[in-house]
Amino acid sequence: MAASSTARSFLQVAATEEVVSPLRFVQIEGLVILKIIKHCKEFSPALVTGQLLGLDVGSVLEVTNCFPFPIREEDEEIEADGANYQLEMMRCLREVNVDNNTVGWYQSTILGSYQTVELIETFMNYQENIRRCVCIIYDPSRSNQGVLALKALKLSDSFMELYRTNNFTGEKLREKNLSWVDIFEEIPIKVSNSALISAFMTELESNTPVTQCDYDRLQFSSNPYMERNMEFLIECMDDLSMEQQKAFPILLQELVTSTSPATGMVSEKKVVYLISMLLDSLFSLKDHLGPSKSENMARKAAGEEPLPEEDPTNPIFKPIPEPSRLESFLITNQIANYCNQINGYIVYSRSYPFFWIA
Amino acid sequence: MANGDRTVLQFSTQSTANFSAEVHPLVIFNICDCYVRRPDQAERVIGTLLGSVLSDGTVDIRNSYAVPHTESADQVALDIEYHHNLLVSHQKVNPKEVIVGWYSTGLGVTGRSALIHDFYSREVPNPVHLTVDTGFRNGEGTIKAYVSVNLALGDRQLASQFQEIPLNLRMVEAELLGFDILKTTSVDKLPTDLEGMEVTMQRLLALIDDIYKYVDDVVEGRVAADNSIGRFISDTVAALPKLSPPAFDKLVNDSLQDQLLLLYLSSITRTQLALAEKLNTAAQIL
Repeated sequence: MAASSTARSFLQVAATEEVVSPLRFVQIEGLVILKIIKHCKEFSPALVTGQLLGLDVGSVLEVTNCFPFPIREEDEEIEADGANYQLEMMRCLREVNVDNNTVGWYQSTILGSYQTVELIETFMNYQENIRRCVCIIYDPSRSNQGVLALKALKLSDSFMELYRTNNFTGEKLREKNLSWVDIFEEIPIKVSNSALISAFMTELESNTPVTQCDYDRLQFSSNPYMERNMEFLIECMDDLSMEQQKAFPILLQELVTSTSPATGMVSEKKVVYLISMLLDSLFSLKDHLGPSKSENMARKAAGEEPLPEEDPTNPIFKPIPEPSRLESFLITNQIANYCNQINGYIVYSRSYPFFWIA
Repeated sequence: MANGDRTVLQFSTQSTANFSAEVHPLVIFNICDCYVRRPDQAERVIGTLLGSVLSDGTVDIRNSYAVPHTESADQVALDIEYHHNLLVSHQKVNPKEVIVGWYSTGLGVTGRSALIHDFYSREVPNPVHLTVDTGFRNGEGTIKAYVSVNLALGDRQLASQFQEIPLNLRMVEAELLGFDILKTTSVDKLPTDLEGMEVTMQRLLALIDDIYKYVDDVVEGRVAADNSIGRFISDTVAALPKLSPPAFDKLVNDSLQDQLLLLYLSSITRTQLALAEKLNTAAQIL
């Protein structure tokens, strides 16, 4: 009785589909971290990428090895070369018993500006073949400040579905309750090392109580770093305002078409309109007023959010770069914030020893 | 070995006088990883070292990869094709890294190593042989580097002697950062920047404490005064910029204000973002 029931349950287990447990953290080996650091640092400020190899176990994604990609030229034949290189590396690594499964890729970034459409596209490419993949982002410019800036990212599932259907209109975004924070999910990283390595490293550790990274951390001169951050921020602001201007004809059209049925809501819309004017420059808005009137007619006839043939790029352009840009903006913003926090902290704590000795 | 004609056995040490090697921890990691993953019947791992030779003669070992090999009592077979394939692949990424030698795990240098060394010396003029003792036979993990020197008796080649050269572990600052996480077998999460700052401050305070105690001891006569240390300490203290406290306060406050300004700006932009998003996606509801 017991045997048959266990047999049945086994069959049941085998028959039911495997439930995909959510990815809880990424376990990286120290070797991989060192390789990534070395590769990104050697080629900075150029951006480099590489492949991650490892194992997908339950709710943990183990990354046990990696290899770098050569810098790709803009050439057609190099594409095939790149694929050959990859196959060759994986075959060679297989011979020395290294895990052969691709689990993602890594790339370097400068000051956190990695949120581009290419990243999303690469994610989608990988996702087709591998069930679970991560992207590890390393920022070599922050290591001058004494921080190990390593992050593991994954596209959120809801965003992936949306991207597949390629439907980025404001309506759909609202339906799914998806805002720009939901695009990427950051996964916590754990580091593991074999016992042999940790024995060696403990042995090789230098005896000085203070290391170079301490000197780096206590540095006062953060000005160049902050300046670069602000430059990035300003650029992103410009991009964002451009995107918004592209979106304004649609907004205006919506304002105009939807005022007619409910007159009570007109005043609110006027407020919205005023706010939008405040946010962007008056002049560019005046330019948009002209053509949008004619577009209005066409759109009114076709429905609420149609895609008119004479301007097919407009609705598409509005949503697709927009969430990404917002994100990149956000991240640069965050970095500026973090950086400020660090600096505030440094200033406060640095003043104490001075008072002590003096 | 007595000989009729009086030739002298030459130990030429001059050529190795200024030879030293610097190894990056990545290489050690690679070697250990390959050792852990070696096939069951192999007792040691052999591989190639990549790097470059610096202008002052030191060999900078930056990367490595394992090469499958088979060993029996008196012969060694190395998979040369594999070695070349991986070399080509590595050079696609980093053309500046060339072969600088080879490594093997295990403590001593055996006769078979000489054969392999011979093979590598055909590729590189003076290969460096690195041994990494993974068995911890001396009670510690010894890593040694050797260069082979030919022992010549007159015109005849007698043997090649493996001479040890000084070896340094060289770490780039980013690697130093991660050193704490590289030491232990597992770390639950990567340290954030504030935690790192905390550690640094603790170390600094410990150093200052040590100096204080030392100075106190010397003043009270408990420890003999060492003039050079005393001079060093006074130099350090004198290196602090001589600012009056109000001037120093002003300096600190000014920079603090600048940073607060930046903080304010970034908060404004975040608010702007939130507003922009609401406008763009919520326009239809209104």
